[in-house]
Amino acid sequence: MSYVTDRKRVSGLGSARSGTTHHWHQTVLSAALVILVPLFLLTFGAALGEPWPEVVAYYSRPFPALVAALTLTVGWIHFAKGVQMLIEDYVRGFARKALIVATTCFSYAAALACVFAVARLAL
Amino acid sequence: MADVNRGDRPLSPHLQVYRPQITSVTSILTRLTGNALIVGGLMVTWWFLAAAAGPDAFATADGVLTSWFGKLVFLGSIWALWYHTLAGIRHLIWDAGYMLELEISEKSGWAIVIGSVVLAVLTVVVL
Repeated sequence: MSYVTDRKRVSGLGSARSGTTHHWHQTVLSAALVILVPLFLLTFGAALGEPWPEVVAYYSRPFPALVAALTLTVGWIHFAKGVQMLIEDYVRGFARKALIVATTCFSYAAALACVFAVARLAL
Repeated sequence: MADVNRGDRPLSPHLQVYRPQITSVTSILTRLTGNALIVGGLMVTWWFLAAAAGPDAFATADGVLTSWFGKLVFLGSIWALWYHTLAGIRHLIWDAGYMLELEISEKSGWAIVIGSVVLAVLTVVVL
């Protein structure tokens, strides 16, 4: 027989689990993306399809480089948190934990790869 | 005790028992577009890494991204990005406590569906 009270057993098992921090982070990141996404579409759209020397010259300018670095980092972190919500809704047990660890690591790796690439192009 | 019948409880009604409504369809599309953007996101990430690596790697990545397959993915991604952005703005407005009435939510649902198509077409035309 378990000595844990019913109240303690179910505490934290609601759909939110850990309060509203996750939702608030998504709110902040999404507000940033409302500004960044149109700017990124305009700058990236101008560079895509151009030959390599033009692309390097374009992204050595501070504005396109900063927009790309910001959009891709904020975007990938927003993705990591969003896909975590998807996994929490549909996957249970160990697979849930493993998938959240994998997708979070993957998203942060992609974000930092973008920072490295843009920095190398810009400098 | 509260432990009675654990693991053998009825499921709450889900997608299959409801008639599709604009509010539920826009919600499902928000999740779908957000997660599907992983494909476009990876392609853009690859393009930047390849550009940083040098002209040969760039030629490979650029070749794939500007092929018919790449263009198809980008076309879908541009619409998904605009849809997810508009849906996100709708969520920010809801979180602030506005436009939550059912009738207005149905109207804003149609607005983001139509708006996203218009913005996607504009983006393709301009760029």
